[in-house]
Amino acid sequence: MPHTNNVQGAEPVIEIENLKKQYRLGSIGGRTLREDVHSWWERKHGRDDGSGDTFMALDGIDLTVYKADALGIVGSNGAGKSTLLKILSRITAPTEGEVRIKGRIASMLEVGTGFHKELTGRENIYLNGAILGMSKAEIDRKMDDIISFSECEKFIDTPVKRYSSGMYVKLAFSVAAHLDSEILIMDEVLAVGDMKFQKKCIDKMTEISKKEGRTILYVSHNMATIKSLCNRCIVLDKGKLVFNGDTQDAVRLYLDNVPSDKMSVDYDNILRPSWLCRDDVRIKRAWYENRESSIFKSGEPLLVNAEWENIKDVQKLCFRIEITGSDDNPCATACVYDFYDGSSGDKANRGFKVDTSMLAPGRYRTMYTFFLRGNLNESIDVDCMQGLDFEIEADGIQRLKWVNKNWGDCILPDIEVM
Amino acid sequence: MQWTTHIKSKRGFFDINLREVVEYRDLIVMFVKRYFTLSYKQTILGPLWLILKPVISAAIYTMVFTGIAHISTDGAPALLFYMTGNAVWTFFASCVTSNAGTFTDNADIFGKVYFPRLVMPISNVVVGAINLLISSVLITITAVVYAVMGKGVHVNPMIVFLPVLILLAGMAGMGVGIIVSSVTTKYRDLTVMVGFGMQLWMYATPVVYPVSQIPQKFRILMMFNPCAPLLEGVRYLCFGMGTIEPVGIIVSTVFSIGVFVFGVLLFNRVEKTFMDVV
Repeated sequence: MPHTNNVQGAEPVIEIENLKKQYRLGSIGGRTLREDVHSWWERKHGRDDGSGDTFMALDGIDLTVYKADALGIVGSNGAGKSTLLKILSRITAPTEGEVRIKGRIASMLEVGTGFHKELTGRENIYLNGAILGMSKAEIDRKMDDIISFSECEKFIDTPVKRYSSGMYVKLAFSVAAHLDSEILIMDEVLAVGDMKFQKKCIDKMTEISKKEGRTILYVSHNMATIKSLCNRCIVLDKGKLVFNGDTQDAVRLYLDNVPSDKMSVDYDNILRPSWLCRDDVRIKRAWYENRESSIFKSGEPLLVNAEWENIKDVQKLCFRIEITGSDDNPCATACVYDFYDGSSGDKANRGFKVDTSMLAPGRYRTMYTFFLRGNLNESIDVDCMQGLDFEIEADGIQRLKWVNKNWGDCILPDIEVM
Repeated sequence: MQWTTHIKSKRGFFDINLREVVEYRDLIVMFVKRYFTLSYKQTILGPLWLILKPVISAAIYTMVFTGIAHISTDGAPALLFYMTGNAVWTFFASCVTSNAGTFTDNADIFGKVYFPRLVMPISNVVVGAINLLISSVLITITAVVYAVMGKGVHVNPMIVFLPVLILLAGMAGMGVGIIVSSVTTKYRDLTVMVGFGMQLWMYATPVVYPVSQIPQKFRILMMFNPCAPLLEGVRYLCFGMGTIEPVGIIVSTVFSIGVFVFGVLLFNRVEKTFMDVV
C-alpha cells in the first residue's frame, strides 16, 4: 500500500495541538451538592479540594492528519483511543488544547446509533441518516444504494426488531458508509457481520479513502484490518502519542509492547471497556512471581498471580486466560470455574497455573477475564484486561522446528497410527 | 479550504452556534415523526388517541369541577373553558416534562454521535405544538357548536395576538425543561421533583378555575406565577372570558424570554462535558 504521509503539499484536514483530557477518578458525577459546594469553597481558598485523584486519559497529543489519509489508531485498553475519538467527534470537550478540522466529520463509534426496534428498516435509515448529519434529500437520493449495500431488500419495510443481529449491523453500517462527510471516524465497527460482509466493508472504506479522497480515522484491536485499511498509523500509550508513521512498524511496535516484557502490571488507573456493562469485580494487579523473565521453557506450566477487589458480592466467580498468538487471533483459552465466593469490598489474590504444553514455541499475548456463568451457561464477563505476555522457549528435545505461521500455534498430541 | 470546526477546551457562556441547529432541521422533523409513529404503534385506536386525550380530560374536568365542585367558569360554557385551559397547560407542561430528561434519557445516543443537542428539546416542543394544534381544532369545532346552539360564545378580535402568548408559553416551558435537564446531569434530585412539581404548579395556575374566583387579597400572589397571566390571557383573547392584567403579561413575557435564553445558554454549556458525568 502506498505510503502517503508527509507527502509534500498534502493538505492537512485535522490539526491537533497539545490535546489533554482529564478525568476525575472515583465517584464520577455521583457527588452531592454539598460536596460540590465544599470542594468549590476549598478551591476558592487555595486549598486542595480533596476531590481525590485525577487521571489523564490524553496527555498532550499533537497530530496532523492529511487529506485522504486512512489513519489507524492502536493502543492497549486505556491508552486513550476512545477519548481521542470522542473529542474529535465532539461528544466531549477537551480539558486543554485545541483541534482544528476542515469539513464535516461523521463519527461511527457504534453502528446503529438511534435505531429503534419498532421502526422499519426504511424508517431507521431516515432516522439514523439524519442523526449522522444527512439531510432528507440526501437520504432520498442514496436510499436505493443503501438498501442494496445492506443486502436487506426483502425486509426493508419490516420493523428491525424482527431482524437477525447480522442484518441489523449490515443495515446500520450501510447508512454510515454512504455518508458524504469529508472525514469519517470509526471505532471498531468493521468487526461486524460475516466474513464476506466484513470484506465488503473494508473494500468500501478503501474506496472512500483512495478513490474519493476522503479521510478516515480508524480504531481497532484487529491488526489484520488495520494493515489492510490504513496507510498510516499512530500508537497511543497511557495518553501519549508514542509512534506516528508506517502501519507495519506501528503494528509491530504495538504487538511487541503490549504490555511488553513486563513482569507485573497494575490495572488501577485503567478505564474499563465500554461494552463491559458489569462491574462486580475489578482486577487490580497481575504478576509473575519469583521469575526473572516472562520466558517459559516448553512444557513448563505458566504460573500467573492476580489480585482483585470485589465491587459487589460475588459467588461462583470464574476466570479465564485467552491466549493470542502471532496472528492476533486467540488461539487457545484456559478457564477455571466457580473457584471463589466473596463479599463486596474484599480483596483477594490467587495463583493460576496453566498447562501450556500444547503451545508451540513463540511469543504470546494474553487477556485476563473474570466472568460468571449465566443460566444458559453463557459467560457474563465482569472484568476483562490485557494480561502479561509470555514466551515459550523451545527446549532441546523438540522433535520438529515448528512453523507457527503455517501450522498454527497449537501442537496437538502426536497422531496414533491405527 | 478553510478550517470549519474549532474544538477548544474552554468556551464562553455566550458561545453558541445556532446556524448548526438550522442545518439539522431535517433531524428535528425525523424526531417528531418518530414520536408520532412510535406513540401509536400496536394500539387499537391509533392516532384517534390524539383527539380522545384532550376531549376526555376536558370532559372529566367539566364533570368534577363544575358538576361536583360547582366552581364558576365566569359564565362561559364549562366544556369550552376547560378545553382551552387544559390545551394551553398541557402544551406548557409537556414542554417542561419531555425536556427535563434530555441529557439523562438520551445519554446513549449523545455518547455515540454528535449533533446539536438543542435539536432534541426543539423536537419535543414541536411535538407539543402539534398536539396543541389538534386541540385548537377541537376547541374551534366545540365553539362553533356552542355558537350555533346560541350559548353566547363570542370571539374576541384580539385573538390575532394568540400566537404571541403560545410562543411565550412554549419558550417558558422549554426553558424550564432544559434548565432542569442541565442541572440533573449532576444532581438527580430534580427528576423526582418534576413530576409532582408540575402537578402543584397546575393547581397554582388558573387552569381549572378562573382568576375571578381567587379572593382579591391573594390575587397579588398570582403575579409570582408567570403561567397564570398566560392561561388567563389565552382565554381572554379567544373568547373574552375573564380579564387581562397588563402587569401580569409583562412579568410573564420577561420571565418566558429570560428563562428561555438562560436555559439555551446553560444547556449549550452543559452539552460539552455532560458525557463525563452521567
